[in-house]
Amino acid sequence: MNEVPITHILFVSTALFFIGMYGLFTRRNMITMLMAIELILNSVNINFIAFNKYLYPEKLDGIFFSIFIITIAAAEAAVAIAIIINLYRSHHSIDVEDAGELKY
Amino acid sequence: MNAIEILFWLLSALAIISAMMVLLSKNPVHSVLWLIAVFFAISGHYILLNAQFLAIVNIIVYAGAIMVLFLFVIMLMNLNKESEPKRNFWRILIGIISGGSLLMILVSLIRQATEINNKNALMESGNIGLIKTLGKLLFSDYVVPFEISSVLFLSAMVGAVVIGKKE
Repeated sequence: MNEVPITHILFVSTALFFIGMYGLFTRRNMITMLMAIELILNSVNINFIAFNKYLYPEKLDGIFFSIFIITIAAAEAAVAIAIIINLYRSHHSIDVEDAGELKY
Repeated sequence: MNAIEILFWLLSALAIISAMMVLLSKNPVHSVLWLIAVFFAISGHYILLNAQFLAIVNIIVYAGAIMVLFLFVIMLMNLNKESEPKRNFWRILIGIISGGSLLMILVSLIRQATEINNKNALMESGNIGLIKTLGKLLFSDYVVPFEISSVLFLSAMVGAVVIGKKE
């Protein structure tokens, strides 16, 4: 009773990972790309929690991994948004294709 | 099909549909709101998987702090449907092909992994994810990563201020 197969949880997190990856490839708006990265990180978090629950139900290692992933995601979002604001100030656009100086 | 399973499927459907709407909606503000829906669904999954503290942290940090930062920046730059860059057909095709092959590989890998097939994760039992056990372990076994993450936050704060300030 009250059980869900672990493969179903993994399918959900795989679908979220794929959606985030697709967004990272196709969108050109920098803030939307950052949102796609957050989706990918969250799918990884679900995997950690599911395997922690399945393999070691009385331990907490997966939960701590997820907490540190959330910590790092918060720091990463702050720095990335500072970079985006700076780029918007100099280029007046947040389209990644407009920041072409980095290519050459 | 008991209540837990129905809840699991509802939360999964909400998470995946909202994640698709994040990328399909033209207006960046709508994308952020759909992303908040994704985070709430994922927090529901955490509660089902017996990680209650993590569910609350997920809502407070992601939906409360990071998404508000995103919304603030979007409104500061006055982004809307008109300022959204045009989508390139070839780019979408390449994204579907490369992302879809990755999805196919991962799904077939999960289906073939005999160790986890027909295994169930017990939902809604135990209180291991409560804050008491977590706090004890965080300040004994995980104290070094905890301190390192505080240094990381300090450097990220300094970096954000230095990068973001005018000249």
